[in-house]
Amino acid sequence: MRVKAKRDLLSLGACLLLYAIIQLLIEVDVIGQFWVLNIVLIGINIILGVSLNLINGFTGQFSIGHAGFMAVGAYVGAVMTVKLHLPFIVAILAGAAGAGILGFAIGLPTLRLSGDYLAIATLGLGEIIRITILNIPYVGGASGLMGIPRLTNFTWVFFATVFTVFFIKNFINSSHGRACISVRENEIAAEAMGVDTTKYKVMAFTIGAAFAGVAGALFAHYFYIVHPASFTFMKSFDLLTIVVLGGLGSITGSITAAILLTFVSAALAGYPEMRMVIYSLMLIGLMLFRPQGLFGNKEISLKFFNRLKGGSPRDAA
Amino acid sequence: MDSSSFLMQFAQQLINGVSLGSIYALIALGYTMVYGTIKLINFAHGDVYMVGAYIGFFATTVLGLGFLPALLLAMVGAGILGMFIERAAYRPLRNAPKIAVLITAIGVSLFLEYGSMLLVTPQPRTFPAVLSSTPIHIGGLIINSQQVLILGVSLFLMVVLTYVVNYTKLGKAMRAVSFDTDTARLMGIDVDKVISYTFAVGSALAAAAGVLVGVYYNSIDPLMGIMPGLKAFVAAVLGGIGVIPGAMLGGVLMGVIEALVSGFISSTFRDAAAFGILIIILLFKPAGLLGKNIREKV
Repeated sequence: MRVKAKRDLLSLGACLLLYAIIQLLIEVDVIGQFWVLNIVLIGINIILGVSLNLINGFTGQFSIGHAGFMAVGAYVGAVMTVKLHLPFIVAILAGAAGAGILGFAIGLPTLRLSGDYLAIATLGLGEIIRITILNIPYVGGASGLMGIPRLTNFTWVFFATVFTVFFIKNFINSSHGRACISVRENEIAAEAMGVDTTKYKVMAFTIGAAFAGVAGALFAHYFYIVHPASFTFMKSFDLLTIVVLGGLGSITGSITAAILLTFVSAALAGYPEMRMVIYSLMLIGLMLFRPQGLFGNKEISLKFFNRLKGGSPRDAA
Repeated sequence: MDSSSFLMQFAQQLINGVSLGSIYALIALGYTMVYGTIKLINFAHGDVYMVGAYIGFFATTVLGLGFLPALLLAMVGAGILGMFIERAAYRPLRNAPKIAVLITAIGVSLFLEYGSMLLVTPQPRTFPAVLSSTPIHIGGLIINSQQVLILGVSLFLMVVLTYVVNYTKLGKAMRAVSFDTDTARLMGIDVDKVISYTFAVGSALAAAAGVLVGVYYNSIDPLMGIMPGLKAFVAAVLGGIGVIPGAMLGGVLMGVIEALVSGFISSTFRDAAAFGILIIILLFKPAGLLGKNIREKV
């Protein structure tokens, strides 16, 4: 246990160091506006990828409606600051709560479905959320909600990302997390061992949705405007690509894939069609040749590097 | 609105719904047949429909063909495309986990959409008026001659399909594979070939739907397949996935519901209604209207 706590502190220290370096580079203008935008996007994509991985990768419930929860977080958060003039932190928490509550309400009935039926139901629900928002004049309907203050900056995104990753990592390493993994491995066996499968499926779904809400709120407060067209199921497929590329069941995989794909789409910003063709070929190629994704369900850690150097895995522990 | 004008509008929406529904039914048949044989939701099916519409478009504009030859060409072209997709993307994953195949299907779908955007530009194209559209008045109701055509062509194709599935050797093989793949293989049926043909037939039907939609709405674009594809899938689930008459029934019902929602509530809620139906069906009768409930075994 103490070793684990020590390792957590070490990672936290590394995160703080990384934060200090990037923040310094932004302050002295080495990193320009364009790259700040991409760093913010990377953070948001990491939150979305890791939270979707909790549902798809760790609990094995194939959801492709994540953009819907992001939309709820974005709109609830934006309403908090634009209409009610509340502070930003309240907006983020409200976005998380809104998406989480909706995730719970949706998850409870739909998680009875499995496999491809669940996939198509979540896809449909994501679209229903978007169409509903489209028809609410209070939040601007089809033209979107405008005039959102830009409150998101690198600091907010960075610490929200670190919090998300630590929260989900610790959740997975807890008894709840192990129950979720058991549901993925074999639902019937898990049930026979006394795991309340419905409870854990809904729990994972709710947590995943809540963090998607956080990402949505951050997203809304960076781009001044939220628009229903930003949250179509294409967005969900983007997120799915992150999770699948990184490996279903690997947090570090999702982080790497989020960074990689954000850079790829930044590089291909001028050719949006090309980007989607590359994404699609990557999805097909991955499934044909490396269905477990870049990292499978392994994590990169110090242990992993030690093994690369030829040391035994026990040395690091 | 007094009751007689309400009834009139209701009947008019019913007519529109049935003709739209027969399009959904044609697409839904492909979903249901593929699901029946390899238990895969072929996400790319809606995009095969789009490719069919484009083949029809180029056949009429570039080659100057008439309606029927263009329809046939589109069906053949899409059939070959369907077989190719199955061979290249799905067959190598025959024994892979379901999720892997599903992700591949999503990949194929995105590839067809954005690949054709690169190829034929994202701009919508105007489908040439290969057939005249004359409104036919019956009482106070208006039926477009193109609606009659859509209904006629789809009914004809469905009758042919029913004949093929029920009375030919290939149809017998298809039913055998969908009933029990391993036993069918033991009986000497070339399962891979049957699956390949299933994809060809399903894709050809989708292409026919694509050409009909092109003629009816006059406009086609590379993303036109997404929504009808999803709705046709809902239709297949509604009727009972894997059941061929179910897909026809589900498709027509779906079209009627959609026409009624856009006629009486609001057309913006049309798409939401489709997904709402899907979720209600999945929760209360996952086997669909004509499907049989199969218990999950350990």
